[in-house]
Amino acid sequence: MKIQLKIRRFNPETDKKPSWGKYEVEVEPTDRVLDALHYVKWYQDGTLTLRRSCAHGICGSDAVRINGRNRLACKVLIKDVGRKITVEPILGLPVVKDLVVDMQPFMDHYRSVMPYLINDEPPPVTERHQSIEERERFDDTTKCILCAACTTSCPSFWTMGQYVGPAAIVQAHRFIFDSRDRAGRERLNILAASDGVWRCRTIYNCTDACPRDIQVTQAIAEVKKEMLLNGL
Amino acid sequence: MYHKYDAIIVGAGGAGLMAALYASRGVKTAVLSKLYPTRSHTGTAQGGVGAALGNHEEDNPEWHTFDTIKGSDYLADQDAAKVMCYEAVDVVYELEHMGLPFNRTEEGRIAQRPFGGHTNNVTKKPVRRACYAADRTGHMILQTLYQQCIQHNVTFFDEFHVLDLIIEDGVTRGVVAVEIATGELHVFHAKAVLFATGGWGKVWRVTSNAHTLTGDGPAIALRRGIPLEDMEFFQFHPTGIYKMGILITEGVRGEGGVLVNSEGERFMDRYAPTIKDLASRDVVSRAIYLEVRDGRGIDGKDYVHLDVRPETVNRYFERDGIKNPDGTPRRITAADIEAKLPDIADFTRTYLGVDPTLQPMPVQPTAHYAMGGIPTDIWARVVADDKNTVLPGFYAAGEVACVSVHGANRLGTNSLLDIIVFGKRAGIDMVRYCQESDFLPLPKEPEAFTREQWEALLSRQNGRERAADIRREMQNAMMDYVGVFREEAGMKQAVEILEDLKERYRHIALDDAGKRYNTDVLEAWELGALLDTAEVTAVAALERSESRGGHYREDHPKRDDENWLKHSLVWAKDGTIELDYKPVTITDYQPKERVY
Repeated sequence: MKIQLKIRRFNPETDKKPSWGKYEVEVEPTDRVLDALHYVKWYQDGTLTLRRSCAHGICGSDAVRINGRNRLACKVLIKDVGRKITVEPILGLPVVKDLVVDMQPFMDHYRSVMPYLINDEPPPVTERHQSIEERERFDDTTKCILCAACTTSCPSFWTMGQYVGPAAIVQAHRFIFDSRDRAGRERLNILAASDGVWRCRTIYNCTDACPRDIQVTQAIAEVKKEMLLNGL
Repeated sequence: MYHKYDAIIVGAGGAGLMAALYASRGVKTAVLSKLYPTRSHTGTAQGGVGAALGNHEEDNPEWHTFDTIKGSDYLADQDAAKVMCYEAVDVVYELEHMGLPFNRTEEGRIAQRPFGGHTNNVTKKPVRRACYAADRTGHMILQTLYQQCIQHNVTFFDEFHVLDLIIEDGVTRGVVAVEIATGELHVFHAKAVLFATGGWGKVWRVTSNAHTLTGDGPAIALRRGIPLEDMEFFQFHPTGIYKMGILITEGVRGEGGVLVNSEGERFMDRYAPTIKDLASRDVVSRAIYLEVRDGRGIDGKDYVHLDVRPETVNRYFERDGIKNPDGTPRRITAADIEAKLPDIADFTRTYLGVDPTLQPMPVQPTAHYAMGGIPTDIWARVVADDKNTVLPGFYAAGEVACVSVHGANRLGTNSLLDIIVFGKRAGIDMVRYCQESDFLPLPKEPEAFTREQWEALLSRQNGRERAADIRREMQNAMMDYVGVFREEAGMKQAVEILEDLKERYRHIALDDAGKRYNTDVLEAWELGALLDTAEVTAVAALERSESRGGHYREDHPKRDDENWLKHSLVWAKDGTIELDYKPVTITDYQPKERVY
């Protein structure tokens, strides 16, 4: 089938302002949007610039806005988005070129929540024990691939880039609720600050955007609740 | 721009990050990756990491070692396989201590599942050895190691693509890299350099590998006069999603899933009567091809069904008397599938519209893993000739390396194990080496050679060839002639096609001449690496006139230990390809015929 792609183009090296590139490509209905983007890049216009790697929704490289919604280009099939497809970079991060954004502000927020297990007690010779239920408690948030689809779908993040954003809260959740971790309170303190979890207005864009089906808004709510239980 | 670090690590998958954690404890270390670290391909590994913890049933590292060697079709170096399988237990505990969220047993220990080729050596039955975190074990390893690197302030240069290795007078001096965002070339002066650049599945048309797995590391090694080992051995995983190649973990069969042909027959009963669908990957991939060839592919096409529907699985559990470790009959439910294989269910729903609890999945073999690579010893030090002479300061670990622990065929779960064991060993030995060595001066303008090539490529606006066409033709030739089944005439044809494609590569045109984030030139550069890697693979495969593990010759269907129980080494200096061989290290296990 023939489809029309409208892609947001911008090379700060040469362009004064962004423009729309329009392309027609022949694809299968079961092709990914990424396949269509590749077709443009490989056979029509090699200057089209995007990030991608695994092409099956695990590496998190190719979060873009497809018809106005944040998606991984490799996890959306053509048949599910129609014959006219608009592709733009995710919002709220500086555009480096075309669909490529500067991920540094996003990664800085991620790093700010101490996203690593903290436990200074000497470990046993074998594994630390954890029950099936304790492990299940934070299962959902271990699925995060740091693609930034959630954070860059969030109106609170668009208006205030200092907001840590849903992805960082998801990462904090993964440790706060891990029975082996000992720094939950420190993370809650970080997220209780003015740029933290209370910036969330429960708009649910993040949950809709997550390509890993993480219940992002629920995870944020659980962190908020935990703060209240801790008197923060 | 000029930088100076004791140790440079190229690649930020499991091997690179594990090495970085250990190297950065002792010496000034930086990690260069062409991707953001968490995009690395380790993250796509699914089923588990092998270690004989024995959390469900009796197991021990000796059995793991034997299974690995048998799986390798006796081409693995037995001292190396032993190191890996014995260190597996502690290194898996180490990952757990770092925070890796493994699934758990009822007792709160690390959960384990059966995997292809891993057996109880007494009963010969499958043993639960794969330590898993749902079906995203690689994702959890990658995330956990990256988290640890953040905690320990490891220095990263994200989206720096390494283009050259600097060696002078036989000693490693650093690397040259391009900063993708700006197009600027950087020189990294170093005492030790580790290549942990992963594999090169993009040489083939149907592959489980990421677009970025383009053989960058081996191509640089070849250009620097370093040989590659056992390049003819590349694993085709039996169960890739039909046409797309996306991996469906062996864990599906570990949970009881079976392969079925167009007649509804569980055909692995015939090919591997003892462990059936959990035979090693080369055996299962060949079985699928033979079923297809004999007209038993689904709808007459080149795929079969992988069936994990509870009614199918439970029927075979009952037929075969499969029991849980506590002696009760083993059974699964749809909920178990959703809980233990959530990503697989997501993939098949997304890409095929198939619900694996209700419908079988269409699968075919997919190019998956390089057993060969840059030759190293058991400390990840690169050994650059048939006498295993160490090239001072150069290291390789993970898929890009050939220790050799996988020989002619890798067992599932042993790749995640390989990266953590040998990544760790690389980090430890780089510290030792850096502490014992001084910085040696860089040659004058160490980036001049690279700059010349890079700028020549960048300025090619008037060529007549498109990189995408050449890449596709290479992938087709390799798939058709240097795939699961191989024979002399086809491989000769592949070598000719590759020579022709390399000539055409000199005439490709680029659309993008800019410096900023130029992926047009990067992809063209990567294609150069792919062509170099493909060519030595085809030549090494053509030369080996026997069948062993992943290398199956229709014109030489038997293993030939008398002539071929040896590792190949291939050089490609100044455009001429040369082959040589070195012996396999055999310690405890004499080669026997392989039966599953």
